[in-house]
Amino acid sequence: MEKFIPIPSRPAPVVEVGLIGWMRKNLFSSIPNTLVTLFTVYMMWIVLVPFLNWAFISADWIGDSRQDCDSGGACWVFVTVRWNLFMYGFYPEDSYWRPNLAFILLLGILVWLSVPRLPFKKWVAIAALTVYPVAAYTLLYGGFGLDVIPTHRWGGLMLTLVLALIGIVVAIPIGILLALGRRSEMPVIRMVCVIFIEFWRGVPLITILFMASVMLPLFFAGGTDADKLMRALIGIVMFQSAYMAEVVRGGLQALSKGQFEGADALGLSYWQKMNLVVLPQALKIMIPGIVNTLISLFKDTSLIVIIGLLDVLGMVRQALADPAWLGYPAEGYLFAAFMFWIFCFSMSRYSIYLEDRLNTGHRK
Amino acid sequence: MTNQQDFIITLKNVNKWYGEFHVLKDINLNVKMGERIVICGPSGSGKSTMIRCINHLEEHQEGDIVVDGVLLNNDLKNIGQIRKEVGMVFQHFNLFPHLTVLQNCTLAPIWVRKMPQKEAEAIAMKYLERVKIPDQANKYPGQLSGGQQQRVAIARSLCMNPRVMLFDEPTSALDPEMIKEVLDVMVELAQEGMTMLCVTHEMGFAKKVADRVIFMDAGQIIEENEPESFFNNPQSDRTKLFLSQVLGH
Repeated sequence: MEKFIPIPSRPAPVVEVGLIGWMRKNLFSSIPNTLVTLFTVYMMWIVLVPFLNWAFISADWIGDSRQDCDSGGACWVFVTVRWNLFMYGFYPEDSYWRPNLAFILLLGILVWLSVPRLPFKKWVAIAALTVYPVAAYTLLYGGFGLDVIPTHRWGGLMLTLVLALIGIVVAIPIGILLALGRRSEMPVIRMVCVIFIEFWRGVPLITILFMASVMLPLFFAGGTDADKLMRALIGIVMFQSAYMAEVVRGGLQALSKGQFEGADALGLSYWQKMNLVVLPQALKIMIPGIVNTLISLFKDTSLIVIIGLLDVLGMVRQALADPAWLGYPAEGYLFAAFMFWIFCFSMSRYSIYLEDRLNTGHRK
Repeated sequence: MTNQQDFIITLKNVNKWYGEFHVLKDINLNVKMGERIVICGPSGSGKSTMIRCINHLEEHQEGDIVVDGVLLNNDLKNIGQIRKEVGMVFQHFNLFPHLTVLQNCTLAPIWVRKMPQKEAEAIAMKYLERVKIPDQANKYPGQLSGGQQQRVAIARSLCMNPRVMLFDEPTSALDPEMIKEVLDVMVELAQEGMTMLCVTHEMGFAKKVADRVIFMDAGQIIEENEPESFFNNPQSDRTKLFLSQVLGH
């Protein structure tokens, strides 16, 4: 019998590589492509060059009044003189170290959790969800010997981060529970969850914030008036958890029925099945959706301006109305946009990083 | 006549509907300890539904199912008790892709049987050796071939030390070259005396190991017999037709 010998694999044909090859393939592959490339370069030239000139080259960076802005470029002095206001609102200046420390602790936790080599991940995560909130609350608000700084003095980027972070951390677990409830086989639980989700999702966030600030106090007996920030937070959390629930439901439905049956057949209980088999897989699928919701939550926090709390955008708008500094809306809004963009972009990159790291299960 | 106690599984007048559709009609079946039963029939005949009722992946509406002395009803405790003792192997394996092969095997022993991790791992390795893939223990299911995945699924069920194994078309999703490696494992299992209920189209397997072959169509058990008589001397014309189509090609 003839012996079968497979043909050995050969290397793929060498294509044009390097910068020239890349440009030829991607920028100048055809006449229309070449025209589009040239047109794009031209547009970048006429838009980007003046912008860069305005924003950086002929901009004013140093000074303490509008008289220092005389070069004709952007007047970043507008931002630098109000830097503290934009970051901390009306938080007392001698206590800036408190929010700073809270922020540094947060960064430390995030870095620790995202660097694969560092040990004790589980304990750091538990501390992040138990010890850290208490510590951050004490640092920001006061107590244990620290002066109490009422929340109406909070503002700026610090307020944005507080709202977004609490909203995110509380909305995710509530959202997961709501999604599981909506898929429950028990009719009462399912109905309660559906009503909750559809109610909060059907109402604009602005309305919820108004209700939280105007109507909630009416329901409380006099004197038990909850803090304004707290009321806004409850509204935001309810609203976001309804959205989160629908993202989670999407992830649960993307999972094949076989995974549920496999877990059932092994005798796992409902919560074991969810925690050990379903959610670890579903949450992985849901990362893009969850991060999408988180980014929109982060930006929605600026809506609290309508109940009189000033986040970073609110602070900028207030500064723009200052008679001594009229005429710098471009600088103000660009700065606010940049602040939001930094955080939203970081979240987006972090989610991509997470997806890559959690991808092991399906790797071929 | 043997009494009820000798049967590990008893189905008595079991009926099931999907909405208006009557899937299982008056199913009666008794399975003795150590018995190997092969269930065959055309698709849509209710054979998968029947064995899925035994561990309550499907709910039956009428009749009694008793597994190892436990009556199957809506009591979660009973369902859990039965699922502990009944292993199941699926057509599409249903391994957990986010866990390694070893973790797939130790998950249920650790969480359901409350076994210490070391002990669970030792048992898992023992069964992975039996299905001849101990060297794949630390890989993820997505890195294995279909035949290997199905063997892991069998090992995963065995780790719970079940008294009965249910197989729901275990080779239907496999390439021809991989069917044999899975069937070999199943034959070995049968020879060791495991009680097995197996829905399959592998007639060679049925001839080789089955104590009884059951033929189902339209939600009913039409014929049951030992393989010798079943294949050579079918009683019903429906069985004859089915066999001529299955064995004819």
